[in-house]
Amino acid sequence: MNEYSNNQRIPAVEMRDITLRFPGVLANDHVNFTLHEGEIHALLGENGAGKSSLMNVLMGLYQPQEGTIRVFGKEVRFNSPKDAIAAGIGMVHQHFMLVPTMSVTENILIGLDKPKLALNLKHYDEEVRHLAEQFGIRIDPSAKVWQLSVGEQQRVEILKILYRGARILVMDEPTAVLAPQEADELIATLKGMASQGKSIIFISHKLNEVQEVADRLTILRRGKATAEGIGLEGITRERLASLMVGREVIFNMHKVDREPGEVVLQLEQVSAVNNKNLPALKNVDLCLRAGEILGIAGVAGNGQSELVEVVTGLRECEGTIWLDGKDIANKPPQVSIGGGLAHIPEDRIGVGSAPNLSITKNVIMKNFESEPISHRWQVNYTEAGRHAAELKQKYDILAPSVETQARKLSGGNLQKLILARELSSAPHLIVAMQPTRGLDVGAIEAVQQLLLDQRETGCAILLVSEDLDELMALSDRIAVMYEGEVVGVVDGKEADLNTLGLMMTGSMRGPGSCPPEPAAAGSQEREG
Amino acid sequence: MRLQIVKRSEDPPKWLPIATSLGAVVLAFVISGGILAAVGADPLQIYRYFFRSAFGSWGAFSDVMVKATPLILIGLGCALAFRMKLWNIGAEGQFYIGAFFSSMVVMVPLVDVNTTPPIVTIGLMMLLGIFGGALYGFIPGLLKAKFGINEIITTLMLNYVAVFWNNYWIFGKWSDAGFQMTPTFPRRVWLPRLADLAKQNPFFSGMTLHVGVIFGLIVAVVLWYIINKSRWGYKINLIGDNPKAARYAGIDIAKNIILVFMFSGALAGLAGMTEVSGVVHRLQERISTSYGFSGVIVAWLAKLDPFAVVLVSILFGALLVAGREIQPSGVSFLIQGTILFLVISSDVLMRYQIRLVNTKKASVEEAA
Amino acid sequence: MNFEIMLHAGISTGTILLIAAIGEIFAERSGVMNLGVEGMMLLGAMAAFKTAYNTGNVWLALLAAVLAGGVLSLAHALVTIHFQADQTVSGLSLTFLGTGLALVLGEGMTGLNAPTVPNFTLPLLSQIPFIGRVFFTDQNLFVYFGYLLAPLAWYYIYKTKPGLHLRAVGEKPAAADTLGVSVYGVRYLYTFIGGCFAGLSGACISVAITPGWYSNLTTSGQGWIAVALVIFAQWNPMRAMLGGYLFGFLRRLLLDLQGPAMLLGLRNPFFYDHNLVFFLQMLPYVLTVMALVWGSSSARRKRIGAPAALGEPYIRGERGL
Repeated sequence: MNEYSNNQRIPAVEMRDITLRFPGVLANDHVNFTLHEGEIHALLGENGAGKSSLMNVLMGLYQPQEGTIRVFGKEVRFNSPKDAIAAGIGMVHQHFMLVPTMSVTENILIGLDKPKLALNLKHYDEEVRHLAEQFGIRIDPSAKVWQLSVGEQQRVEILKILYRGARILVMDEPTAVLAPQEADELIATLKGMASQGKSIIFISHKLNEVQEVADRLTILRRGKATAEGIGLEGITRERLASLMVGREVIFNMHKVDREPGEVVLQLEQVSAVNNKNLPALKNVDLCLRAGEILGIAGVAGNGQSELVEVVTGLRECEGTIWLDGKDIANKPPQVSIGGGLAHIPEDRIGVGSAPNLSITKNVIMKNFESEPISHRWQVNYTEAGRHAAELKQKYDILAPSVETQARKLSGGNLQKLILARELSSAPHLIVAMQPTRGLDVGAIEAVQQLLLDQRETGCAILLVSEDLDELMALSDRIAVMYEGEVVGVVDGKEADLNTLGLMMTGSMRGPGSCPPEPAAAGSQEREG
Repeated sequence: MRLQIVKRSEDPPKWLPIATSLGAVVLAFVISGGILAAVGADPLQIYRYFFRSAFGSWGAFSDVMVKATPLILIGLGCALAFRMKLWNIGAEGQFYIGAFFSSMVVMVPLVDVNTTPPIVTIGLMMLLGIFGGALYGFIPGLLKAKFGINEIITTLMLNYVAVFWNNYWIFGKWSDAGFQMTPTFPRRVWLPRLADLAKQNPFFSGMTLHVGVIFGLIVAVVLWYIINKSRWGYKINLIGDNPKAARYAGIDIAKNIILVFMFSGALAGLAGMTEVSGVVHRLQERISTSYGFSGVIVAWLAKLDPFAVVLVSILFGALLVAGREIQPSGVSFLIQGTILFLVISSDVLMRYQIRLVNTKKASVEEAA
Repeated sequence: MNFEIMLHAGISTGTILLIAAIGEIFAERSGVMNLGVEGMMLLGAMAAFKTAYNTGNVWLALLAAVLAGGVLSLAHALVTIHFQADQTVSGLSLTFLGTGLALVLGEGMTGLNAPTVPNFTLPLLSQIPFIGRVFFTDQNLFVYFGYLLAPLAWYYIYKTKPGLHLRAVGEKPAAADTLGVSVYGVRYLYTFIGGCFAGLSGACISVAITPGWYSNLTTSGQGWIAVALVIFAQWNPMRAMLGGYLFGFLRRLLLDLQGPAMLLGLRNPFFYDHNLVFFLQMLPYVLTVMALVWGSSSARRKRIGAPAALGEPYIRGERGL
């Protein structure tokens, strides 16, 4: 709490009885939300709980069917983000809203009244530099955005808002893309801004982070507020979690101890470049045995996607990748699929499914060329439908019929569809990237259980996740990636958040990967 | 009360696409009629004339089917390419190259036309027409697959190249006594026509409909089978819906882009061959009256359905036949453009519902 | 064969392409690809010619052409921006619609004479050796307009605030939207402006550079070349200027090449076989394709070229919002 927090003063934002409906969805149901001046107010909730909707209402992107909004005591009605910005509200979106081909300053100037005609970038570069210094933000105003790191891009977003003279900042899950240490830095900046009188709404679904940053919090569950502006003193993590998900959450999965078997997957000196032709993987060595889950930890963008892509044949690389003794490096996906590799992609809608095709056509995606689904050049859709119906029942996919289009499934059911397709091929190796992201708690448990079941049957699993709790609960070993390198492999049982965090930011190195010796995981050395 | 446009949460009813397409056609005639009336013409009289010159007699209808034949073939090729979101608007060029290749049989000549059995010569012309079209489809396909180059532009550009290529031959080496055309091909290499039956049955005399239309119908059935039953069709649909998913599923996208482009080009090439061998009986300037572009529109109007392509082609064939005969000359272009505009506008009805609602009750109804 | 005359003529005919291409650059920079340039151009040519013929006022004719192209482009804007229809198909149907309208409305105008936009020589500048004779002597008003248009368009796009918004909408509409720039508004505006320029370039044909109305032969596919030129120029007005003049020069070169029996001391093949010219006529199209291949090589593709959101409808809330 700081000098600006004062409940008696006029609140910076007061949203009352906000109700927002979309066809078939009640996104916000009579939600109240009050933000005091100079405070950091956390908005907590699961994905789909209505946090973003509520903030989009505040930003004027959506118009609520009911409810009133007051900003510094004055009732407002925003029809576009322009109105919200004019009222002193700015939002840093989860996906950055920056134009990559433009410079930092150009991005900041978009939508402003001044300059009217000629840009005179030199003058404005200077202004931006000045503003950044005032809040202790390091940035080169003339750099093109596509050249900046994720953390720097976030700073551009914050500057964009500050430049507009915003007094109210909405941060939509700002730490999701940052390393723990970077996140700490951001939180310090935010606290500094709050002490200078800025009011900040901090959207998150991470309990520990909220406890660290927020003065007060509001929790949303399925569009309703389950806590309105409560203080944080004396409230336990378990209590917060239950307000968020509506029941007590079990934080530890049940996992059977199991001796790993033969080596299934082995990477030797694998290097690759990313889409911008920059090195993304550097001499990666990894090995993975049957009946073992190898977790891959790391801040987003440190080579995890590229790692998954080279293993699944979607990206070219140097080095060798052995799958059951066969080199699959630089072989098209059909080779690894034939070799018993199942892939649960990060992007369920963009990569894992064909949204406008039926469930049937989605589940036969990988076996449509084998009997009995097809015969010679012809697909037997009767057989395919039968296969789909079987999987739909076995994996409990909720949909009217197997003819339903994939895009009409909820996130959880779509993920079950993908798992059904991938697991039904009896794989030796599963490569899963963020398999539970964006799912509700029930679905998360189901997906995690399915992975553990596969481990039981002797399947090797490469699990990439940004959720360290999930990694620690599921993995036998955790490999940490930083700037395209595996900086260490730790035993799943002995891993702790602090060590992983240090390794994820490159501040510490652990032992190498193969062969896995549980004893080695304990003796980590510091570097530098 | 006010009008409200809401996004559909359910699929639109099955009859709606057909109804809107028909509605668009009717409305296009009404709007074009309005424009004609505005410039002082009598739209009703024009339409009456229109209808008579297209459907007034069996002979007229035979002419319509002659015009519909290349549209069917090109429309089918476009429909397949569009299913994979490949914008082949180069059917015009593929048509010309197909026509050129099949003409080679007679003009080079590749066989002795007078001694070779007609079925062999015509068969060879078909093969070469198909080959030429496929070859010309291969170029943009390869550029798209290997370099990611926008196929709209390459196919458009290649259309012009094809026209100049043909001009080089018909103005020069193959010119018939300095005219911008080749000499008329011997009757032996003409595709059989209904008029050939006139001796047996005078009813057919003067009917120019040739067997090319049967090729079109056969291809429609084959294409329906490919799209709905075959592995290749499944791959095409998957790539069309989500290329990333297709690649993830182990499908070679580059190969299929090239194959589909070649298939699409082959059909346009075959259309070129039927036009040369079945209609004009020689290679000449402007053998295509924008068939390539009309084919794009046909495919789109037919919502990429092979059988609908046949029906829409007949409608457009009628427009072309009638358009030849009436003044002002742009009427058929005008109607084609208007129809298509209305159809793509009406697509919005597939995604959104327009409802008349009572403002006060609206929110309550939606919540329910 | 006189190089000076060929350049002079190339700049003159290249101006037609230049104006249409700059219009299309504006539209495509906002994310709307309009393949209907040919249709808008023909309608503009007809509107200008008919107005000039009927009123005798050539300035009124230009206004008519601008409006004709602009209004027609609004049909494309409506279905692609609001109805999110496919831009390719809509653009193609616009070509048909524009051609049809132009032919119907221009019925009976073929071969008539109408007043034209004047040619004139600029004092002083025309005195510069060679350059003065090529660029500033007996050129049409439109040509001088072209000299100003390209640099102004370049300045507008890269160095002004509205240009910044234009680029933002074409590159990342969601970003522009969240900052209060009306994505639909910008797209409507520049699609309309693109149509206006296409109409004007039509007028540039029918009442200025090659006066007359010859139904659909008036434009004879120059609208399509303008579309190609936009890509050739990589959405840059200055390059569009160079490209336009280059294409114009090539057209003229083809005519002149057939004349002399000897060329640069060699036997001129085009004199002996006029039909070889058809291969030269392919050149602009082949060059455009080659420019695309060249531009696609990854090193050069880095952050230049097509606006990232070109061809994609913008739907609020579905693009990362």
